Amino acid sequence: MTMRTGRRRGLFRTAGLLAAGLAAALTISACGGGSSNPLDTSTSAAASGPASGSAAAGGGKIVVGSANFPESALLANIYAAALTKAGLDASTNLNIGSREVYIKAIQDGSIDLVPEYSGVLLQYFDPTATAVSADDVYAALVKAAPQGLVVLEKSAAEDKDAVVVTKATAEANNLTSIADLAPVASTFILGGPSEWETRPTGVPGLKEKYGLTFKEFKALDAGGPLTLNALLSDQVQAGNLFTTDPAIPANDLVVLEDPKNLFAAQNVLPLIRSDANNAQVTEALNAVSAKLDTATLTELLTKVAVDKQDSAQVAQEWVAQNLS
Amino acid sequence: MGPGGEGQMSGAWTWLTDPANWSGTGGVWNRLLQHLGYSLLALAIALVIALPLGALIGHTGRLTGLVSGVANALRALPSLGLLILLALWGLHTFKGDIALLGPAIAVLVILAVPPILSNTYAGIANVDPAARDAARGMGMTGSQVLLRVELPVALPLIMSGLRSAFLQVVATATIAAVVALGGFGRYVIDGLAQQNYSMMVAGAFLVAVLAVLGDRILAVIGHFVISPGLTGRADRRRKPAATTADLVVARGETADRP
Repeated sequence: MTMRTGRRRGLFRTAGLLAAGLAAALTISACGGGSSNPLDTSTSAAASGPASGSAAAGGGKIVVGSANFPESALLANIYAAALTKAGLDASTNLNIGSREVYIKAIQDGSIDLVPEYSGVLLQYFDPTATAVSADDVYAALVKAAPQGLVVLEKSAAEDKDAVVVTKATAEANNLTSIADLAPVASTFILGGPSEWETRPTGVPGLKEKYGLTFKEFKALDAGGPLTLNALLSDQVQAGNLFTTDPAIPANDLVVLEDPKNLFAAQNVLPLIRSDANNAQVTEALNAVSAKLDTATLTELLTKVAVDKQDSAQVAQEWVAQNLS
Repeated sequence: MGPGGEGQMSGAWTWLTDPANWSGTGGVWNRLLQHLGYSLLALAIALVIALPLGALIGHTGRLTGLVSGVANALRALPSLGLLILLALWGLHTFKGDIALLGPAIAVLVILAVPPILSNTYAGIANVDPAARDAARGMGMTGSQVLLRVELPVALPLIMSGLRSAFLQVVATATIAAVVALGGFGRYVIDGLAQQNYSMMVAGAFLVAVLAVLGDRILAVIGHFVISPGLTGRADRRRKPAATTADLVVARGETADRP
């Protein structure tokens, strides 16, 4: 009898595991730079309905929204601080949710401005888009933006997938770009999220664009602690992290360049309602984009994510020091 | 790949019958070794902890609260949550394999201890006092009573606790893949991430097959290690010469019925 209940418990546990695995995978896919999660139902902005105070051209209050991850909130705070510094009336409505939610919010006027990433935003507006280089993506995005929304100047800051190696590995094998892996790939184990094994911008793409065949692929996580641990303990010699990950400077990791644009450009830029935009707003936001690069963004994100400083405070300090 | 379960079932069959999926690092044989490795290591550690502890508690009658309180509380711990908690701590404290393997094994040990501990305790505590007294009367010391009388008599319950622990551990070892370890869980986790549902179903199927096969093997082992005097097999074998009273006992009925 004990045996029978024991087995039934085992089967239930397997079913429970499937559900738990599903939940875990959904959580994993929800984080990471600029990915969108269609199951995210947090609708704080959408629920607030069409805002009564949508900015009229030339002077109303500008509401800056953000996606539900720290980097997006930090960028929104930077935009708000820059607008305030330029003498405009700006407020924030942060951590709204996924792209599906906050794009609706900006279209119905609940928010007026949101920080975005060029590559994923282009894919959102035009799923058939094929542009990969920074300039091509930006040009295509300017055309693809729907009526009533515009993108302003892109910054040099990018948050995207990267192939990362330790400093020791880079020095020992003379690595600065993914292409340099060619002579050593057959002895390297590559680590990344499970989906990298089959995704075009993963193992197949590395083979197709760079001719790299690794000794083995090890499934880890999407640019998280498992990948970092595996890199630092040399279980994998090359791993997938996101370019603005504070762990990269903290552990002296080397981001390999991607000259063939395997990973489409993901430049940070402001997406704004046309009716909230004017010359003064454009000038203030373009000034932010001119100063912002990946190293700066990583440094600011480190203050927020690692040192646990207040996001708005970090944004204000940076704006005060860097914008005239 | 379609929404229909039927397509995934036949897809899983195609996956399982493709020899390419059985060889190499990600092949079924290697994943089987990993899955069994995690499970057996955890079971061995759990046995070393729970068997002596359960035997002592059952024999002495002391610390029985440990069984009802602690062991049952351990059953309530959610394995996946505990694994992620321990893995985050492990990554913070150690480098390399041990940072993740340690937490995964610990979670499985915590899962395996309660059934072994409570069954060992219950088996020994419920040994017929008459048998125990007889053993003492024959001049056996405390440890001789435990090893020669109580443990053999408790063995059916201990074995059933071990089988219960084995099933839970084999099924749950699947979550080791969540923290980048191997085992059959890789197929489930990777299948989900890669939307390769055939591989996912195949992985779940392999876990189920391993659990059932392992359970049968333990049942057979139990068949041989448990004293024939406890199972009634000895009586049945003696059938030709059996008395009426023996037959009644063999049918599992009490002999002292009117």
